[in-house]
Amino acid sequence: MRERPLRSLCALTAVLLCVCACTADGAGRGRDGRLHVFAAASLTDVFTDLAEEFEERRPGTEVVFNFAGSSDLAVQIDSGAPADVFASADTLTMERVVEEGGLDTAWAEEHGGRGAVFATNTLRIAVPPDNPAGVTEPADLADDDVAVALCAREVPCGAASVAALEAAGVDLTPVTYEEDVRAVLTKVELGEVDAGLVYATDVAAAGTRVLGLDFPEAEEAVNDYPIAVLSGAEDPVLAAAWVDLVLSDDGVEVLTAAGFGAP
Amino acid sequence: MRRGRFPWILVLPALTGLAFLVLPLTGLLVRAPWSTMGDRVTEPEVLTALWLSLSTATVATVVSLLLGVPLAWLLARAEFPGRRLVRALVTVPLVIPPVVGGVALLLVLGRNGVLGRHLDTWFGITVPFTPVAVVLAQVFVAMPFLVISVEGALRGSDRRYEEAAATLGAGRVAVFAHVTLPLVLPGIGAGAALCWARALGEFGATITFAGNFPGTTQTMPLAVYVAMQRDPEAAIVLSLVLLLVCVVVLATLRERWIDP
Repeated sequence: MRERPLRSLCALTAVLLCVCACTADGAGRGRDGRLHVFAAASLTDVFTDLAEEFEERRPGTEVVFNFAGSSDLAVQIDSGAPADVFASADTLTMERVVEEGGLDTAWAEEHGGRGAVFATNTLRIAVPPDNPAGVTEPADLADDDVAVALCAREVPCGAASVAALEAAGVDLTPVTYEEDVRAVLTKVELGEVDAGLVYATDVAAAGTRVLGLDFPEAEEAVNDYPIAVLSGAEDPVLAAAWVDLVLSDDGVEVLTAAGFGAP
Repeated sequence: MRRGRFPWILVLPALTGLAFLVLPLTGLLVRAPWSTMGDRVTEPEVLTALWLSLSTATVATVVSLLLGVPLAWLLARAEFPGRRLVRALVTVPLVIPPVVGGVALLLVLGRNGVLGRHLDTWFGITVPFTPVAVVLAQVFVAMPFLVISVEGALRGSDRRYEEAAATLGAGRVAVFAHVTLPLVLPGIGAGAALCWARALGEFGATITFAGNFPGTTQTMPLAVYVAMQRDPEAAIVLSLVLLLVCVVVLATLRERWIDP
């Protein structure tokens, strides 16, 4: 009698383990028609739009996305995550992936071994709609009374911010180094800081919640977005077709609408 | 108890559970860059982040003790309408993702927050981007662990001692201080250790509410995350330092205070 609850527990565990084993087995068989695209988080809207078009043109295919920070994706790809295409928000992270796992050889021969640049993104100064600190140019950011949020140097937008501010000759201490550009945008939207450096695409996505200010020195720190078919691609032809769509006129149209620049 | 037959039905899942918890740590140990470990650990930035983590987590635990033990007492001993609801509310920080907790704290205590707006105009105090914000974020996510542990201990303790003290003329506060507290001290110790460990590892609410600035709000978990972006090896080193310090402190405290 006493052992009964234990026995049912064991039986339940056994059943659960079986279920897990079966599911794992199912995932192991080919990806039939599924394309795994690992893309920088800033591409979420654009790529989701393009995927609809792609799936319409090729019935039976399905584009599965993994959106995250480029460096997180690079770590996942290097650890053997099933990825067919990688679209990075900077060339440095793409180079890391090229060195570790490499690109699909056939594709790389045609498009170059470092991926194809399909979009650019430029920094803007984002301020709350009422611009409480009256910021108009980069020099205003150095004022002690102006609370500024920047991306951490280690992430692409942070490296770009350092370069742009250097070009503008502005030396400033922000109140925070955020972990990604969306976090900077949130701080500006909530009015917790008076200004932050974000990308043109982030300003476009935020609509009326922030005001974006252009500044000429941003041209010194334009971010290139490279895309490539990876060596681990299950179906390199399908993967190359996706990259072609992104590089096509249709792709450029969707990208420009979201605030990206053409390479 | 009958000796002899080993209860495999318990030992096997126990060992599997242990392996599952410990294996990721082995992964860190295997990948750690041991040759450059010494130089990396003694970098000033690492020491600053470590010191900030230890001090804020300790302050957060003290604050949690001061507020959380009475709260646990209220939940375990006082009868009032809506107690179940209050108990459920205490666990809210455990359920919501810490990043959401951080945004919620900003909406209340931020520069434009419901309370923060007045703090700013009346006293000129802005909480975000200061070590105070780090502590507040940690208290928010870690205090429920303490409250739940202490409440459990209070429910499990024998109320007859308290009743006896009350019959002998002790007031409610005196009963609490001289009878209840000593009875549940092990529970408070365990809860405080759990709370401290959770505060030490806090990431999401901290980076959202307090931001990330070296020396002011960049605690070890934030330093680990930022290092991960460019130099995964540095991130491993930082993680190991944090783990080591946490284990050493908890083990020492346990020997001294909890199981004397």
